[in-house]
Amino acid sequence: MTDLFAARAQMAFSLGFHIIFAVVGVAMPLLMVIAEYLYRRSGDGEYLELAKRWSKGAAIMFAVGAVSGTVLSFELGLLWPTFMAYAGPIIGMPFSLEGFAFFFEAIFLGIYLYGWERVGPRAHLASGIIVLISGSASALFVVCANGWMNTPAGYSMVEGELVSVDLWAAMWNPAALVEGLHMLTASFAAVGFAVAGIHAAMLLRGARRSFHSRALAIALSVGGVFAFLSPLTGDLAAQQVAELQPLKLAAMEGLWEDEAGAPLLIGGLPDEEAEVTRYGIEIPYALSLLATHNPHAEIQGIKSFPADERPPVAVTHIAFQIMVGCGTVMMLLAGFAGIQALRRRPIAAQPRLLRALVLASPLGVVAIEAGWTVTEVGRQPWIIYGVMRTAEAVTPMPGLVVPFAGFMLLYGVLGVAVVVLLRRQVFAAELGPLVQRGAELGAEVGASVSSSAAGSEVDHDA
Amino acid sequence: MTPDVLLAGVIAIALVLYTLTAGADFGGGVWALVARGRRAEDQRRVIGRAIAPIWEANHVWLILVIVLLFVGFPRAFAAITTALHIPLTLMLIGVVLRGSAFTFNAYDPQPGEGARRWSRVFAISSLLTPVALGVTLGAVSGGFVSDPATGLVETDFFHQWLAPYPFAVGLLTLALFVFLAAVYLVAEAEDPELKALFRRRGLVSGGLCGVTALLAYVAAEDGAPQILEGLRASSWALPLHLTTGLAAVVALGALATARDRLAKLAAMAQGALIVAGWCFAQYPYIAVPGYTIAGEAAPTDVLWPVLIALALGAALLVPTLVYLFVIFKVRPALEGEDDGH
Repeated sequence: MTDLFAARAQMAFSLGFHIIFAVVGVAMPLLMVIAEYLYRRSGDGEYLELAKRWSKGAAIMFAVGAVSGTVLSFELGLLWPTFMAYAGPIIGMPFSLEGFAFFFEAIFLGIYLYGWERVGPRAHLASGIIVLISGSASALFVVCANGWMNTPAGYSMVEGELVSVDLWAAMWNPAALVEGLHMLTASFAAVGFAVAGIHAAMLLRGARRSFHSRALAIALSVGGVFAFLSPLTGDLAAQQVAELQPLKLAAMEGLWEDEAGAPLLIGGLPDEEAEVTRYGIEIPYALSLLATHNPHAEIQGIKSFPADERPPVAVTHIAFQIMVGCGTVMMLLAGFAGIQALRRRPIAAQPRLLRALVLASPLGVVAIEAGWTVTEVGRQPWIIYGVMRTAEAVTPMPGLVVPFAGFMLLYGVLGVAVVVLLRRQVFAAELGPLVQRGAELGAEVGASVSSSAAGSEVDHDA
Repeated sequence: MTPDVLLAGVIAIALVLYTLTAGADFGGGVWALVARGRRAEDQRRVIGRAIAPIWEANHVWLILVIVLLFVGFPRAFAAITTALHIPLTLMLIGVVLRGSAFTFNAYDPQPGEGARRWSRVFAISSLLTPVALGVTLGAVSGGFVSDPATGLVETDFFHQWLAPYPFAVGLLTLALFVFLAAVYLVAEAEDPELKALFRRRGLVSGGLCGVTALLAYVAAEDGAPQILEGLRASSWALPLHLTTGLAAVVALGALATARDRLAKLAAMAQGALIVAGWCFAQYPYIAVPGYTIAGEAAPTDVLWPVLIALALGAALLVPTLVYLFVIFKVRPALEGEDDGH
C-alpha cells in the first residue's frame, strides 16, 4: 500500500465514519423537537417519553460525531498539509462559521439533554430548535468548504502566493449551496427512514403499539417528505456538476463518447481498459434532459478528457447508481406509505409495509455514503479541481499505513460499541415503562431518563 | 494592532479557555482513574455529573484553535501537522476514546462489565491526551525550519517532539488539568467527605504543578532557549511570574482554609496565566524559529473578515456560554432531579 493510497483510505474511512454520526446529529433534533412539541401541545405522555428516548440515543451519536469530526479537522493537516497551506485561508470563512455553529449546537445540546429539570418547558423546546438550526448550519458550512474543492472560486494566486481572496465568493462557490442542500435533505430522509425502520421492527415484535406507531408516524413523515425533496436538490446538484465538472458527470454516467441527446444509463459496468460501459439499460435523451433540461444537449464523454485527469470511472459510476437506486426505493416507499396514511389505513397494522420499512431503514445512509463517494472519487485525481492534484497535497510522512490501520481498528471498535448500546437502549427502555403507564408516566420517565442507574432500577422492578 | 497579531491573540485566548474548561474535564477523568476505596463509585459519579452537560461545548475551543491556525497561518499549520504527525495522532486517538467512552459509560442502560470497561477507557485516555497535547505545545517552541527548496518543514518526524522539553510541558499540562479539576470538584461535590478528599488532592496536584513547571523551566535551557529568554528577560516577565506565583499561593491557601470559591478563581487565574505566559514567550513565533506570526499570516482580506466574524460570533457566544454554566454550575437543580450521569 503506497502512502498516498493509505492517506486517501484513512481520509475516506474517517469521512465515511463521521458522516453517519454527523447526519444523525443534523436530523435527529427535528424528530425530537416534533415529539416534544406534540407533547407540549397535547399533554400525551408517550410523546414526552419518545422525545426523551430519542434524545438518549442521539446523545451517543452526537458524542461520537463530535470527536470523529475533530479527527477530520486535524487530518486535513496531518494527511494533506500542502493542500491546507494553499487552501486554508480561502476556505477560512465556512470553517470559522462552522466552529461557531458547532459551539451553539454543543451548548444547547447540553441544555437539551441534561436540562429537562433545569430550564422551563419553552426554553427546553427552544434549545432543541437551536440545536436543529445550528446542526444544519454547521453541516452546510462544512459542505461549502467541500464545494470549494469541487468548484474553486474567490481567490487569485501569483506564482504560488495568495494575493487576494474574496472570502464570501469562496464560501458561496458554485457547488456550495446545491451540494449543501442536497446533503441536508438527504440527511433528514436518511435519519427519518433509519428511525422508522427501528420502530417498524419493534411493532413487528409486538412491542407497545401506541408508543411505536407515534414514533413511526413522526419518523416516516420526516423521512418521506425529504425522500421526495432529495431528488429535487440532487437535480440542482447534477446540473451544477454538468456545467462545471463535466468529466465527473461523464464518470457518474459511465458515458465514454461525446453525445448529443445522451441517454441515461441504469446499471451497467464500466470497463476502463476497453473504455466502454456494458450491460446498462439506456433511457434515450434522459441524461441530456436531466443534466441540462434540454433533451438534445451535447454531453461530453470521458474520452474527450486526457487520461491522466480521469477519475476511477467504475467506482464513481457504481456509487452513483447505488445512490440513485436507494433514493428511488425510499421515494416509492414514502409515496406508498403516504397513500396509506391518506386512506386512513394505519401503517402499524400492515406487517408487509412494516417489513419493507425495516429493510429500507439503512438505505438512506447507504445513499449518503455512495453520494460522498461520487463527490470525492469523482473529483480525483484532483484535491482542488483543476488546481492541485491529490498526490501533490499528501504529507511526506512515511508509514501512513500505520495510522490508517489504527483508525480502522479504533472506529471498528467504536462502531460495534455504538450498535450494541443502541440495541440495549431500544430493548431496555421497552421493558421499563410497560409496568407504569398512566398519568405519572411523564414524571417517572423524567426522573429515570437522565440516569442510567435509575433506568436500571426501573428494569429491576419490571 | 495588526490583524495577524489580533488573530494570534484570539488563538491564545481560545487556548486559555480550552485549558480552563476542557482541561478540567480531562483532569476529572484522571481523578476517576485514581478513585479507590469505599467511596470510589461516589467520586466517579460526582466527576461524571460535573462533566456530562458541558464537555462537548468545552471541546469546541480546540476545534476553534485548529481552524484559526489554518485560516490565519496556513503554512505554519502545515509545518506543525507534518512534523508533529505522531503526537497529534496519539492526541486525536485520546480525544476520540475519551469522548466516546465517557458517553458509552454514561448511556449504557445496563451498567455492568461493559460500562465499567468504558469507564476505564475514559479514565486512561483522560490521562494520556493532555500529555500528548502538552508535548505538541512544547514541541512548537523549537526546531521548526522550512526547507528553502521545497517550502516544507524540515523534519524526520521525531526530533521536534521526542525530547525532554516537550515531555516536560506534557507533564505540566497534565498536572495543571488535574489541579484545575480537583479545585472545581471541591466546589461541586456536596458530600463533605468528598469535598475534603478533593481538597487534599487539589493541594497535592497544586504542588505537582509547581514541580512540573520547574521541570519544564530546566528542560527549556536546552529545548526551548527562545521561550526561556522570553520568560526571563522580557519586560512582562517579572510581573507575570509574580502574579502567577501569587495566584498559586492564593489558590493553595484558600484550598487549605476551605475558601472554595476563592480557590477556584485563583486556580483559574493561575491556569490562565501559565498558558498566557507561554503564549507571550512564544511571541512573535507560531513555531520557533522559522515560522513567525507576521511571516506566515494569510492576506489581510482573509484576516479582517474572519476577525469580524469572530467578533460577531463571540457577541452571541459569550452570553450563551454563560447561560450554559449558570444552568449547570450555579443554579440549583429544580425539584425531582436525580444524580444524572
